[in-house]
Amino acid sequence: MSLQLFTQYLFSGITYGILYAIVAIGFNIIYNTTGIINFAQGEFVMLGGMCAISLHEYMPLPAAILLAVIITGIIGGLIEIIFIRWLDSPSVLRMIIITIGLSILIREAALFVWGESVRSLPYFNGDAVTSVQIFGANISPQVLWVIGVCSVIVVGLSLFFQFTYAGREMRACAANRTAATLCGINTRSKITWSFMLSAGIGAVAGCVMSPITYTQYDIGPGLAIKGFTVVILGGLGNSMAAVAAGLLLGIVESFSIIVVPMAYQEVISIAILLIVLFVRPHGLFGSSETACLQDF
Amino acid sequence: MRMLKIKNLTAAYGRVRVLKGISLHVNKGEIVCLIGANGAGKTTLLSSISGLLRPLTGEIILNGTLIPRRADKIVALGCSLVPEGRQVFAPMTVRENLILGAYVQYRKDKKALAGIETVYDLFPVLRERAEQLAGTLSGGEQQMLAMGRALMAKPKLIMLDEPSTGLAPLIVKNIFKIIQRMRTAGATVLLIEQNARAALKIADRGYVIETGKIILQGPASDLLNNRDVQRAYLGRVKGE
Ligand SMILES: Nc1ncnc2c1ncn2[C@@H]1O[C@H](COP(=O)(O)OP(=O)(O)O)[C@@H](O)[C@H]1O
Ligand SMILES: [Mg+2]
Repeated sequence: MSLQLFTQYLFSGITYGILYAIVAIGFNIIYNTTGIINFAQGEFVMLGGMCAISLHEYMPLPAAILLAVIITGIIGGLIEIIFIRWLDSPSVLRMIIITIGLSILIREAALFVWGESVRSLPYFNGDAVTSVQIFGANISPQVLWVIGVCSVIVVGLSLFFQFTYAGREMRACAANRTAATLCGINTRSKITWSFMLSAGIGAVAGCVMSPITYTQYDIGPGLAIKGFTVVILGGLGNSMAAVAAGLLLGIVESFSIIVVPMAYQEVISIAILLIVLFVRPHGLFGSSETACLQDF
Repeated sequence: MRMLKIKNLTAAYGRVRVLKGISLHVNKGEIVCLIGANGAGKTTLLSSISGLLRPLTGEIILNGTLIPRRADKIVALGCSLVPEGRQVFAPMTVRENLILGAYVQYRKDKKALAGIETVYDLFPVLRERAEQLAGTLSGGEQQMLAMGRALMAKPKLIMLDEPSTGLAPLIVKNIFKIIQRMRTAGATVLLIEQNARAALKIADRGYVIETGKIILQGPASDLLNNRDVQRAYLGRVKGE
C-alpha cells in the first residue's frame, strides 16, 4: 500500500475512531455516576447536529453550535429529572428498557420536527472539495476539526475530572454514592450534571461530524452500537481506555475496506463486540477484578 | 444543652419494622455510646439520624431544630456519620478523600481545606499515605481515613458506627484514644460499638438497644456494673 493511501485510511480511521470514543465517554460518564447504560446516547449526537443545523439558519455557525450544545445538554438534564431521578435503585434490565424507550421517543420526536431528510452543517473551513495535503493524501480540513475538537474534549474532560472540585465530586459519586452523600454532596444534582455533560459532549461531536457524515433523525442507534462496542472493548467506566479502544475500532474499520467489501463494514464492530463479550468481558484494558465489582 | 434529641422514632425496611419507638438524647460535649447485639437496629438508627433512611414516625432534633429530610443538608448542619464498613472512596487518593470530606466547608470558603493538617496531626499515618489510593489501605488505616474525612466537615456531632470492628487490638486502642481526643477538641460523639467494654469506658452515658427498643440507659459506669449488661454484652459477671 502506498503511503498516500495508508495516510488516507489512517485519518479516516482516526476521525471515526475518536467520534466513537466521544460517544463511549458519554456512556461512561453516566455509567460511572449512576450505573446506567444510557442507550439514548446516540440520540444526543443526533440532537446536537440537528439543532445546530436549524439554528444556523438564524445565526452564525459558532453561535448555532454553542446554542445547540446547550440545548442538548438541557434536554439531557431534563431526561434525568423526568425519567430517571425518581426510580429507586432500578434493576439493570429495567434501566436498559427505559433508555431504549427514551431513544425511540427522541428519534420519533426528531422525525416529527425535522422529517426524514438528510441534512448537514456546512464545512467549517472551505467546502467538500477543500483539502490539505498530508503525506500526499488529501485530507479535508473538517477531518482535522473533528480530530482537534474531540481531542480537546478528551483532554478537557480528563483535566476536569482530575483537577477541579466539581470533577472530583462527580468521581466521588461514582466511587461511592452513599459516602458522597455523607460528605454533604448533593448526589442527585451531580447525576443531573453528568447527564447534561454527557449530552453536551455528544452534541459537540454531532456538530463537528455533521459535514462529513451528515445528520438524520435515525443516526443515533448506529452510533450507540459503535460507542457501546468501544465501551465494552475499553472496559466499562474507563474513559481513557475508551479513547484507545475507539481509535482501534475506527482504524480497524477503515483498513478493513482492503479485505472486506464496504457493505460488510458495519458487521465488523458487531463481530468485535461479540468476540470481546465472549472472550474478555471486562474489556481489553480492564482487569477481571474490576469487572467483578461491576454489576452489569 | 441538647445536641441531639430523638423522640419516639420508628423505622422499617419495607414491612419489617426495625426501630420500635426509640427515644434518646445526647448532650453537648458528651460521648454517648449505644450498645446492642447484631441486628438490634443500631445502624438503622444512625441511618435515620443521618438522613440515609426516612423514618416512619418520630422526631429527630439536632441542636434545637428538626432535621431536614435530605442527608446532604444534615451534614451541612454539622452532623457527620462515620459509616459501618468505612465506605472510603476506594479509587481516590487519601488526600482526595479528605478534601471531599470538607465539601460542606470548602463550598463556602476554600480556606477550610487547611483543616487537613489538623487531621494529619491526629492521624500521622494518613499524612504518610496522602497520595496512596484509599482502596489500598489496611482496614485500620481505612477506618482512620473515614474518621478523618468526617472530621474535615468540622461536625458538631460525630456518629461512629462500630469503628473498631475487625481491627487489631493495638489499633482499636488508638481509635478509642482518638475518639476521646475528638471530644476534647469540642465535638459531641455518638458511638456504636460491639466492643461494649471499651466503649463504655470512654463514654459518659450509654444506652442498650435490643430488637429496636432501648431497654436500658444510664451513666456509663452504672452500665459497666450492671449485671444484665455484663452477662449479655461484657462476656462475664463479676463475682459469679
Ligand atoms: N437494607 C436493609 N433491608 C432490609 N432489612 C435490613 C436492611 N438493613 C438492615 N436490615 C435488618 O434490620 C435489622 C437491624 O439491622 P441493623 O440496623 O443493621 O442492626 P445492627 O447495626 O444493630 O447490627 C436487622 O434485622 C437487619 O436484618
Ligand atoms: Mg450495624
